[in-house]
Amino acid sequence: MLTYIIRRLIGALAMLIVISMVTFGIFFVVPQWAGATPEALASRYVGRAATPETVHLIAERLGFYDPVAVQYGRFLKGIFAGAQYDYGAGVEQCPAPCFGYSFISGQPVWPDLVDRMPVTFSLAVGAAILWVLAGVSVGVLSALRRGSFFDRLSMGTALAGVSLPIFFTGMISLVVFSYGLGWTPPGGAYTPLLQNPAQWAYDLMLPWITLAFLFAATYARLTRAGMLETMGEDYIRTARAKGLREREVVVKHGLRAALTPILTLFGIDFGLLIGGAILTETTYTLPGLGQYAILAIRNQDLPQVMGVVLVAAVFVVVASLIVDLLYAVVDPRVRLS
Amino acid sequence: MSFLDVKDLKIHFPTDDGLVKSVDGLTFGLERGRTLGIVGESGSGKSVTSLGILGLHKGGRARISGEIWLDGEELIGASAEHVRGLRGKKMAMIFQDPLSSMHPYYTVGHQIIEAYRIHNDVSKQVARKHAIDMLGRVGIPEPARRVDSYPHEFSGGMRQRAMIAMALSCDPELLIADEPTTALDVTVQAQILDLMMDLQREFDSALIIITHDLGVVAELSDDILVMYGGKCVEYGPADSIFYRPEHPYTWGLLGSMPRLDREPTERLLPIKGSPPSLINVPPGCAFHPRCPYAERTGGKAGTEVPALAETEGGHLVRCHMSREERRSLWDTEIKPVLEIQ
Repeated sequence: MLTYIIRRLIGALAMLIVISMVTFGIFFVVPQWAGATPEALASRYVGRAATPETVHLIAERLGFYDPVAVQYGRFLKGIFAGAQYDYGAGVEQCPAPCFGYSFISGQPVWPDLVDRMPVTFSLAVGAAILWVLAGVSVGVLSALRRGSFFDRLSMGTALAGVSLPIFFTGMISLVVFSYGLGWTPPGGAYTPLLQNPAQWAYDLMLPWITLAFLFAATYARLTRAGMLETMGEDYIRTARAKGLREREVVVKHGLRAALTPILTLFGIDFGLLIGGAILTETTYTLPGLGQYAILAIRNQDLPQVMGVVLVAAVFVVVASLIVDLLYAVVDPRVRLS
Repeated sequence: MSFLDVKDLKIHFPTDDGLVKSVDGLTFGLERGRTLGIVGESGSGKSVTSLGILGLHKGGRARISGEIWLDGEELIGASAEHVRGLRGKKMAMIFQDPLSSMHPYYTVGHQIIEAYRIHNDVSKQVARKHAIDMLGRVGIPEPARRVDSYPHEFSGGMRQRAMIAMALSCDPELLIADEPTTALDVTVQAQILDLMMDLQREFDSALIIITHDLGVVAELSDDILVMYGGKCVEYGPADSIFYRPEHPYTWGLLGSMPRLDREPTERLLPIKGSPPSLINVPPGCAFHPRCPYAERTGGKAGTEVPALAETEGGHLVRCHMSREERRSLWDTEIKPVLEIQ
């Protein structure tokens, strides 16, 4: 068990190193392969009106003439130990983790990311609770009543759920519930949880439901398929032969075994989501990481893009690490291999 | 009335292809402390019979009729909840493949504790003690340590022992073992059978052993019931069935049994053809298409279902041939070939 944990930890660490290299490579190395000079890289850090001398000076200060390995080392050091930028006129301290300064606002990237995390996190957690509860219970009921009206209705709805994109269901929900019926606030509303929990939930209700609908559909189908398989297993017959109540047979013996693939999927989905629910946040104009990413890309704000990409990657890696560890808890056979 | 009394049991499954008559009019009885062996090929209805007794035949689609009396209680008419309460406590079952029959995610101990606590209102600690005790009684070494093992950490024989411990955890009065040794190594089979017989004596339970291997039940059973195509074709005291079988199908079963006391050069005598489809059971005697003596019945074999008739002291046979004809065939043609002494 301990070796399993250690192996997973090492794997996760290696993955993070690779991701940092790839991210760094995409933004600093690949452009040079494509023919961009260090001056061209540096020109993104200065205004349009800068003279070639200024650009050259900036490229030198930012170390774009150094070997790639040295630049990568400096990039990592910035993240872990902070960085110092020498303007010539003075030295600017950028505390760790330093992802640099936004081209547009001139503000450091990290505090902006931290500000936006709670929004995305609130959205993801609320939606995840909804979709797991709804998806799994609908899936179980469908499997137990296979071929019934309920089964057909829910699987039809699930098909709609997986097929309809967020920017469609989201827009429709806004038109109907916010602007039509006035039950929910229009897009853009967000109240921090600690400030007013009721308002927080009220504001996020519509995004939660819309996002959960999309995911619940997948989970319902997956749960149904898993349950159909496990309920036919010999150990289910054994559980019944012991005299166990049907509800316990279904939950403790059937669902328990069907949960493993659901857990895997959940790790990936949730990890991706807390890195930024781009479509949902854009549709409902929620100030989260996803919206931040879209704005950063649209503005070609390189430090912001890098920051959000790395943070999202860390979330995905950590989520799948947690899932791997939970795997060993759920399925004792995993502990051996 | 016996402890277990099954009367005219029928279990039919409607399917798209037609009605599957898995069990079609089965009658037998069993007292506590006694063993019944049910023998037959795959698809003869022997497993469905046992599942039917426990009320575990598949779902709401199955049609079950007849009577099952257990200790003076009728089970077919009883509520599902009442039968559930009897399962595991009054009647328990051991399945064929102990690996797939135990939940892979729970420890062996957990599964025994669960079985015990369904029917006994005790704390987890007490149930755990009981589980360890049961594992010890079925011959698992170091039960206090192995109680926390998972099924995949056990060997096949150990798993079957654990399965038996689980089935016996609530002192069931009726124990049904469905091919309990089929999935095990030959060397372990005898151990498991011995164990079951010992425990049966200890618990004074009624035991049904279901198998396709007549050799397994010949020694252990008091009675033997031979099934073919969902019907009983021969039923009676084990000695009578084994030494003076009268149904050609039973002769076939005996002939197709590998034996160590025969010359190895001799060939086994397989039964020709394959088991009947339970949707289109052959008309008349279900065995007649495969029966080497079918023409001796003067055409009745293919048109008339033979009745189950007594031939001697509780020994019933379902065959069109006369008793004298069957006995002379056995004495002159079958017995000399089988060399049963």
